[in-house]
Amino acid sequence: MQRVVLTVTKNEALTPLIYEMHLAGDVSGVTRAGQFVEIALDGLYLRRPISVCNYEEGELTLVYKVVGKGTDLMSQMAEGTQLDVLTGLGNGFNIDHECKKPLLVGGGVGVPPLYRLTRDLIARGKEVTVVLGFNTEAEIFYAEKFEELGANVIIATADGSVGVKGFVTNAIAESGVETDYFYSCGPLPMLKALCQNLEIDGEVSLEERMGCGFGICMGCSIQTTKGAKRVCKEGPVFKKEEVIW
Amino acid sequence: MVRDLSVELCGVVLDNPVIPASGTFGFGKEMSEIYDINILGSISFKGTTRDARFGNPTPRIAECPSGLINSVGLQNPGVDAVIANELPALRKIFRKPIVANISGFSIEEYVECCQKLDKEEQVAILEVNISCPNVHNGGMAFGTSPESAAAVTKAVKAVTTKPVFIKLSPNVTDIVAIAKACEEAGADGITLINTMLGMRIDIARRKPVIANKMGGFSGAAIFPIAVRMVYQVAHAVKIPVIGCGGVSSAEDVIEMMMAGATAVQVGAENLRNPYACKEIIEELPFVMERLGIEKLTDIIGVIE
Repeated sequence: MQRVVLTVTKNEALTPLIYEMHLAGDVSGVTRAGQFVEIALDGLYLRRPISVCNYEEGELTLVYKVVGKGTDLMSQMAEGTQLDVLTGLGNGFNIDHECKKPLLVGGGVGVPPLYRLTRDLIARGKEVTVVLGFNTEAEIFYAEKFEELGANVIIATADGSVGVKGFVTNAIAESGVETDYFYSCGPLPMLKALCQNLEIDGEVSLEERMGCGFGICMGCSIQTTKGAKRVCKEGPVFKKEEVIW
Repeated sequence: MVRDLSVELCGVVLDNPVIPASGTFGFGKEMSEIYDINILGSISFKGTTRDARFGNPTPRIAECPSGLINSVGLQNPGVDAVIANELPALRKIFRKPIVANISGFSIEEYVECCQKLDKEEQVAILEVNISCPNVHNGGMAFGTSPESAAAVTKAVKAVTTKPVFIKLSPNVTDIVAIAKACEEAGADGITLINTMLGMRIDIARRKPVIANKMGGFSGAAIFPIAVRMVYQVAHAVKIPVIGCGGVSSAEDVIEMMMAGATAVQVGAENLRNPYACKEIIEELPFVMERLGIEKLTDIIGVIE
């Protein structure tokens, strides 16, 4: 964990509720895809945890959904705004897991952390398929960015406006994609369906309401097959076999 | 001029009065990764019970104006695991005396925890929590009547030679009566206040935000209540008081001490600023200089 001051260099809506924020500064605390940051916001007591979409030397990209006061405040931030941020929180995905054809499954605002993961896996010579699930065409974001990275991208929409009609599980079944490991982030019912339907091993990024975000308050603890774990510290990424549904 | 920040609690000398409050600092490990925690006066470790506890269902946290509600429910690995794993690890990163915070669901449990922790050399003070609002049939129940508070105090005093501080709940009609009952039963000190019982409702979902419906409200918002209760209790008992509740700055530490606290715990602020205790300790000499305070002990209870 590092506490740093980062400057907003870009903050744009990708869809009516999804925003992309670029932050400049020392982001060396971020070391793995799937980690998150905690942002202090004026007028709010607790920091807000936001997953990391991408990180480069001196730059961080967050893609977030406006769901409450904190993210609403973020969406109104102008370029040049300085933010007090804790970086490098959480374990992140295991990008070195032995596999050849990883399947990455994202639902809605669970899509962003898969971006950096895709990049890292492709850099390791893996053949990456990304399945992205959205409600409808107007809510789709980042699909072309995953294609630019070189991933095979499959879209599912609940209303069938784009790609496969239905859930990501329908899209996976229909595509007949070959895979030997999966990584996922998205709503709990989606993660549960994936873990139950896919016979291969994998890992999922969970979400829980947090107090501190760095492991001291026990606010986000969950029961796992390996005992109590903190989503913010031992997680947010857990192996499929650890999660109790 | 060198400012003297040291204070003394029942013979235990602390380099400064700042102690992270139980439940907001774990067993020191996470914080030691970002700064040298040996700058702290002491550490009150995560509330420990006889048996391991997972605690309450999630969500356990609710944002509030200038504070938060928590309903963790005393999640801890149990006293035996704390002694076997946590304390040896803590000893490696923190070389000063520590405050052992314990809780229970029966007098027997309090006694058993105190007996076991009494043998731990680094434990300088036993802080007996009779004020957790997040567990049923225990915790706060012992802290809401003078009789039961005295009964717990008497029972734990019988099994330890270490100073016993009783941590009191603010969710009572007469905190002074309870503090006095603890003093009469042999308590060596009082820690106050624990969290205020609170509740938030998600008006869109028409459901409580916290899974357990209610939880403990803490943070800067409760600071004035804590100062008031510390003032009332410190002037009514002869034993030392550790002030706790919403402390967020070096100025707050001074205010708490002027109200009557000998030492001060910092709680919720650690959750939003992991460097809170470090910054407060570093700021204290400057605030003392500004206020013309040479020794912190000079200001304890100066408010009549």
